Amino acid sequence: MSSQDLLQVSDLHVSFRVGGLAARLAGRASEIEAVSGVSFNLQRGTTFALVGESGSGKTTLARTLNGLQPVKTGSILFEGQELQGLSDTAMKPVRRRMPMMFQDPVGSLSPRLSVRSLLSEPFVIHGLSNRDLNAEVLRLLSLVGLPRDFADRYPHQLSGGQARRVGVARAIALDPVLVVADEPTAGLDVSVQGEVLNLLNELRDRMGLSMLIITHNLHVVRQIADRMAVMYLGRFVEQGQTEAIFRAPHHPYTAALLSANPEPDPDRVHQRITLPADVPSLLARPSGCEFHTRCPQAQDRCTIDVPIPAKVGDSRLTCHFPLNA
Amino acid sequence: MTVLAVKGLSVAFHTESGRLEALKDVSFSVPSNRSVGVVGESGCGKSTLINAILGLLADNGEISAGEIVFEGDKDLARLDPTAMRGLRGQRIATVFQDPMGALNPVLSVGRQMRDIQYRSNLSKRDKDARSVAMLRKVRIPDPESRLAQFPHEFSGGMKQRIAIAMALMMEPALLIADEPTTALDATLEVATIELLKDLQREIGCSVLFISHHLGVIAELCDEMIVMYAGEVVESGTTREIFHNARHPYTQKLLACDPARLSQRVPRLPTIAGTLPDLRRRPSGCVFQPRCDRADTQCLDVPPSASIGGSHIARCWHTDVALEGIGA
Repeated sequence: MSSQDLLQVSDLHVSFRVGGLAARLAGRASEIEAVSGVSFNLQRGTTFALVGESGSGKTTLARTLNGLQPVKTGSILFEGQELQGLSDTAMKPVRRRMPMMFQDPVGSLSPRLSVRSLLSEPFVIHGLSNRDLNAEVLRLLSLVGLPRDFADRYPHQLSGGQARRVGVARAIALDPVLVVADEPTAGLDVSVQGEVLNLLNELRDRMGLSMLIITHNLHVVRQIADRMAVMYLGRFVEQGQTEAIFRAPHHPYTAALLSANPEPDPDRVHQRITLPADVPSLLARPSGCEFHTRCPQAQDRCTIDVPIPAKVGDSRLTCHFPLNA
Repeated sequence: MTVLAVKGLSVAFHTESGRLEALKDVSFSVPSNRSVGVVGESGCGKSTLINAILGLLADNGEISAGEIVFEGDKDLARLDPTAMRGLRGQRIATVFQDPMGALNPVLSVGRQMRDIQYRSNLSKRDKDARSVAMLRKVRIPDPESRLAQFPHEFSGGMKQRIAIAMALMMEPALLIADEPTTALDATLEVATIELLKDLQREIGCSVLFISHHLGVIAELCDEMIVMYAGEVVESGTTREIFHNARHPYTQKLLACDPARLSQRVPRLPTIAGTLPDLRRRPSGCVFQPRCDRADTQCLDVPPSASIGGSHIARCWHTDVALEGIGA
């Protein structure tokens, strides 16, 4: 682990048991691996984006980093400390350094608490109520660009963008080093989305934050992330520098995702790669390369041999026949 | 022929804190066999517009002016509830944003698709055959056996395709699609757009497509209207608006879309200010408090300036084209 690495995840596996008691007694219960053999490093002061379709394991991965989901095997080194196997009590100070912003700006705020209480809550939880909470609330409001009188509002009196700003303020309250944001702009209007992304970029520069962003909006990834990883069925199929991946994706799945981005130009001729819509079940992972059932480039070998992660340029990917190589 | 003509429509809600004008003088039309997109941000009145067309306004809402002419002879603004009920689901069908919410979780898909055909005199078996044919059209594999399945047994994209199949079952003249792809992944989103395009051509219906996603509108629609604070600020063909937007709001909205940026920029464009309080509309142009082109002239109600063809912008200053857009 170099001194630049803030977070180092190696060969992480997270699984869920499926089937109830009856299925277990009948011996039909099984496990699905929602995150399977994921490794990546996140460097200080940079932003890492996770992209992929619904059910690819992005949120599970983020929740696991935060200790909200137990690790099956693998290691998570955060600021040099191993998080795997830590108790809830031991995780608490870690969460202060690595807060998480959840999906749904309004839904992730308690409807019964005023903005003042919402912003004081992190201090109370971490036993810092001896601080001047009123001053802290006003400091946070000004950091995220909300007027002071918003302290007395309730979540239902906020627009989506304003609620998201409150969420950002809660996340940065205790001077974290890494913010994990799950779909920070989903459901927001384009103009408001820009405001939230500008705010996150600005806070990152000002506070020296690192960020892990989950999103399925690729245009957002390009504007905010230094590095990105594409997830498919719980695995990273390609990871590398955002700009390089956008310029020349190597994995056919990445290429298909990039081409599926509707562009605001009615005259644009699309060279679209259409994928068969159905994602395989995690209970019955395909043989060989797991993407072969949907891959336009698949050949016989892909149905048999499991591709081994390899470096192509700066990117790491798992594909027998990488594009643009 | 025009399937739907909305003329000077205004809708007001009576709230505890006063009268709120959610739609003001909205006019546009949907020609037959065409797709018309409605673009605007939260609070611009898109949902109110749909509800007014479908006769589903809340009890405190009323159509205060204007008419909604459907198929040339019926004014939906004044139609009695029974006649309106006969149109909904038959002549005017709707697909909503949340596919799970559109399907009943405790009834099988086959049962729900049969129920939709309650006005038809076909036998149960014939109705099921039509359901199967429709599911096949929306590319649900193995439709015969899937009729017995329940909504939770389908993926999100499949549920949305079933909702589309149900909406098009009675071959409506007008399909209203309210953000039908917003809840879907990008790969599914483009597949759903392609499907809607094909079906629209095949069935020969018109589509009123509501979205805040400019890319989706650009791909699917022939014509579009841009709404802001309950007013239509610009309308025209999709090409005219994407390549030659003249209303400052449309220009800003287009500039905000990160899809237009081919590389990383230090600051993303945004629209300064907030939506006006609809209980106290600004005098003159509704966008004037947020507009950097505003001057004293803008305190008067702006004209519907013709830009050429069917392209209209409601603004005093339509002479400035947005640089770098459409190029």
